[in-house]
Amino acid sequence: MKETQNSIGAYLKLHWKTAVFLVVLLIGIGLADIFVDSYMRRLLNLCAIYVIVSLAMNLVNGFTGQFSLGQAGFMAIGAYTVAVFTVPIESRAAIFYLEPMAPFLANIQLPFIVALILGGLASVVVAFFIGSPCLRLRGDYLAIATLGFSEIIRIVFTNTQSITNGALGIKSIPTISSLWWTYGTALLIIIATVLLINSTYGRAFKSIREDEIAAEAMGVGLFKTKMTSFLIGAFFTGIGGGLFAALLGTVDPKQFYFTLTYNFLLIIVLGGMGSISGTIIASFVVTLGQEALRFLDEPMAFGLDLPIFRPGLRMVVFSFLLMVIVLFYRKGLMGTNELTWDFIAQKYRSIKKKLSGKKTSTEGGGN
Amino acid sequence: MSLLRTENVIMQFGGVVAVNDLNIDIKKGELAALIGPNGAGKTTAFNVITGVYTPTSGKVLFTPTDKNGATTEIDITGKKPDKITGMGVARTFQNIRLFKELTVLENVLVATHLNADYSFLSAMLRAPKARKGERQAKMDCEFLLERLGLIDLKNEKASSLPYGQQRHLEIARALATKPQLLLLDEPAAGMNPQETDELTDLIFKLKTDFDLTIFMIEHHMDLVMEISDHIYVLDFGCTIAKGTPDEVQNNPKVIEAYLGVDADVED
Amino acid sequence: MVVGMTMETFLQQLINGLSVGSLYALIAIGYTMVYGILRLINFAHGDIFMMAAYFTYFGIAVFFLPWYVTFIITIGLTMLLGVTIERVAYRPLRDAPKTSLLISAIGVSFLLENVATYLFSGKPQAFPEFPLMTTPFFIGGLSFQPVSIVIPIVAFILMSALLFIINKTKIGMAMRAVAVDYDTAKLMGIKINGVISSTFAIGSALAAVGAILWCMKYPSVLPLMGVVPGLKCFIAAVIGGIGNVKGAVLGGLILGFSEVLMVAFFPALTGYRDAIAFVILIIILLFLPNGLLGKKQVEKV
Ligand SMILES: Nc1ncnc2c1ncn2[C@@H]1O[C@H](COP(=O)(O)OP(=O)(O)OP(=O)(O)O)[C@@H](O)[C@H]1O
Ligand SMILES: [Mg+2]
Repeated sequence: MKETQNSIGAYLKLHWKTAVFLVVLLIGIGLADIFVDSYMRRLLNLCAIYVIVSLAMNLVNGFTGQFSLGQAGFMAIGAYTVAVFTVPIESRAAIFYLEPMAPFLANIQLPFIVALILGGLASVVVAFFIGSPCLRLRGDYLAIATLGFSEIIRIVFTNTQSITNGALGIKSIPTISSLWWTYGTALLIIIATVLLINSTYGRAFKSIREDEIAAEAMGVGLFKTKMTSFLIGAFFTGIGGGLFAALLGTVDPKQFYFTLTYNFLLIIVLGGMGSISGTIIASFVVTLGQEALRFLDEPMAFGLDLPIFRPGLRMVVFSFLLMVIVLFYRKGLMGTNELTWDFIAQKYRSIKKKLSGKKTSTEGGGN
Repeated sequence: MSLLRTENVIMQFGGVVAVNDLNIDIKKGELAALIGPNGAGKTTAFNVITGVYTPTSGKVLFTPTDKNGATTEIDITGKKPDKITGMGVARTFQNIRLFKELTVLENVLVATHLNADYSFLSAMLRAPKARKGERQAKMDCEFLLERLGLIDLKNEKASSLPYGQQRHLEIARALATKPQLLLLDEPAAGMNPQETDELTDLIFKLKTDFDLTIFMIEHHMDLVMEISDHIYVLDFGCTIAKGTPDEVQNNPKVIEAYLGVDADVED
Repeated sequence: MVVGMTMETFLQQLINGLSVGSLYALIAIGYTMVYGILRLINFAHGDIFMMAAYFTYFGIAVFFLPWYVTFIITIGLTMLLGVTIERVAYRPLRDAPKTSLLISAIGVSFLLENVATYLFSGKPQAFPEFPLMTTPFFIGGLSFQPVSIVIPIVAFILMSALLFIINKTKIGMAMRAVAVDYDTAKLMGIKINGVISSTFAIGSALAAVGAILWCMKYPSVLPLMGVVPGLKCFIAAVIGGIGNVKGAVLGGLILGFSEVLMVAFFPALTGYRDAIAFVILIIILLFLPNGLLGKKQVEKV
């Protein structure tokens, strides 16, 4: 007993800044949960979901170097699982009015958390089938196969009327509005990812990204390790999709168009492929930025009828931004660095040095 | 006792026969060398042994000693590289292949992955088993870095190291897989005579301290002649000579094929 | 033979499959050539195809240009677009990690889609009919659309020309050399940039012709019309063996026939028409990862 206390004490001593930060963060979420209006609440919830999915994408693409573009598809699986299993039984007849829900599902209703985890697991199963052929081969095939899968899953969900209600989608999903669901899940996933990345598994992932041949020669099984990363990523993405369904209260195939995936791609590229903190920051920047730039799509943006402002401009700006980052700031905000206390201190010192350096040089010039 | 044998190994790339009928027999505890002019097929032989390439024909046989001291000969032909490494064969690369973006310590830690005995779930939860495993691996790796004179650089990025130290790091990384057989592909390439001497000593010490068998490709003749027990000489994929340093040195075929151009090679 | 299908409809479906397959083949060649040389999935290729369709649409339905002028302008503009994309978005990243190049390709694709949506609106625009191409004619009780015959013929002529270029001309030889060994080709003094630009020009020109023929068969344009054909045609290239031009043609034809015949034989699966390509992809990757005509590649260590 005494020993654990001691070790906790020692741990706090070592990580007190992080502990303080976490406490402040939790209080912040608690306050936000009480005070923000429903618009902001929805937006903040969306940020947390984007954090989850982008982090999962970065795990596979940034840390393991495998190019997966299946995020929209895995989210769809998670979202539909939650939708199908949580919609109240009494409202099902009204929703499935074209074709009644399949009898084997019609009377099953699960608690949200169970459906959420089930959604994650369903993603894992599908990911296993995609990964089995693709992760054995040259990396590029994964990109096409996962993107293709995203499209297929939409086709499937559109055609399985009695399970997913086809193109009509499923409405009246019981919603979550508290920030604790999304932020709680995001926090758990962030912590799990940080611990994973800093373990032997994380180093194995990175070794594959750096040099597959050397990794294999050091005893890292390529297929098994890639698969581990891919499946964990799929699980988190499925969870993200489940939260997404419960946030919006409705799912339909159009929400999961593959362009959704490009949002996450933009986030991980902006944040830095291989940086957890970068991903978190970029998730907020991109999600809030997309909201803030909505005026670009509105013709009367500045009270004038400017013809350049009309639907579609916002997405042009975002795709252009993606190109600019890739071409000129390839490392994104953080590269493969993390926003640790040391990193901040170091940056702070170097900025201070630069500033004082400038000062002295201008002073020198003045003399 | 033989630790590694190859039987009539042939490796063909299209029309090029890179290795032609290779028969080697490396005894446990010895230091064998593989020499030959550029393009002779030495690296290819290593790649076949470590599973990077599956030979066109022939067999690779490895006889590891398990923890009970028992030995069995295993056919490792065409097995996956990570499996072969897991059985106890480690290697370095001629054209250094470190994990450039990772730190020196992380590079070595990667090589302990195959001996990690905790699952990714316990890693994600930082379960006691994972914590213990991490601590142990870190200690082992720091010990290795100490031995190779890299401990002060453990937090540097691997790509920031000078060339010679990158070669040392390659050796440290290979040792972290706990090998019984260590394959070194031109460990002294690009080193000056003094560095080469130091490396020679180091290799010799590591061999005794870690109870290793070493198979080494090297162009520095002094080094090879000084420390090898046996030498195999390749030329255009064919084994033109094998034997002790004395025997090889005096073999006219070798002199013609290799030692004749020795001066050029050493430059 | 499945009940309900007569010999006549079967023949019609075959011709249909041939024309769809030829269209896929034309687009697939662009993927396979670029992949052969840069080892890059040119995600933008499907969107280059889409832009070509819009060029055609503007020429014919907006500016009322004669069809042959429209075709020439379309092919010219599309080649220019392809070459420019390589110049601006791919060339600066040639020495960057491969992921950056792939992201850049996705970025270009996304940008083209969004620009097209912004400029031309997300709604489909209909072409005026090409009566010459769509008025059916009859042979022995069978009705055919002329376009279904024209497409394979045009495609066949172009592919023969391409094979001639690749096998018999200097630039074709250079292309093959770069595809086999990029670094050695560079050392031998082959002008890599020129070769890559020509590759993009040829691939884009074929995509442009594909788009023109496509618009005759399916007379409407849409900003996202290139996405699914793009994915499918890359898959066609993989089926045939990526990097191999004949393979791309073969893959395109196989895919075209499978789709058309699947829908013909199993009308219940019509909704899954676009899914078949991916099913074939997974099967091919499992059992023939180098495709039908591709060679196994060994990385030099
Ligand atoms: N993956 C490959 N594909 C085609 N040819 C190869 C491959 N790997 C090696 N070769 C060829 O096999 C021959 C032997 O090469 P190898 O690298 O084994 O020579 P080496 O003895 O290690 O030479 P060096 O002293 O220069 O390192 C060379 O002609 C080389 O070009
Ligand atoms: Mg070599």
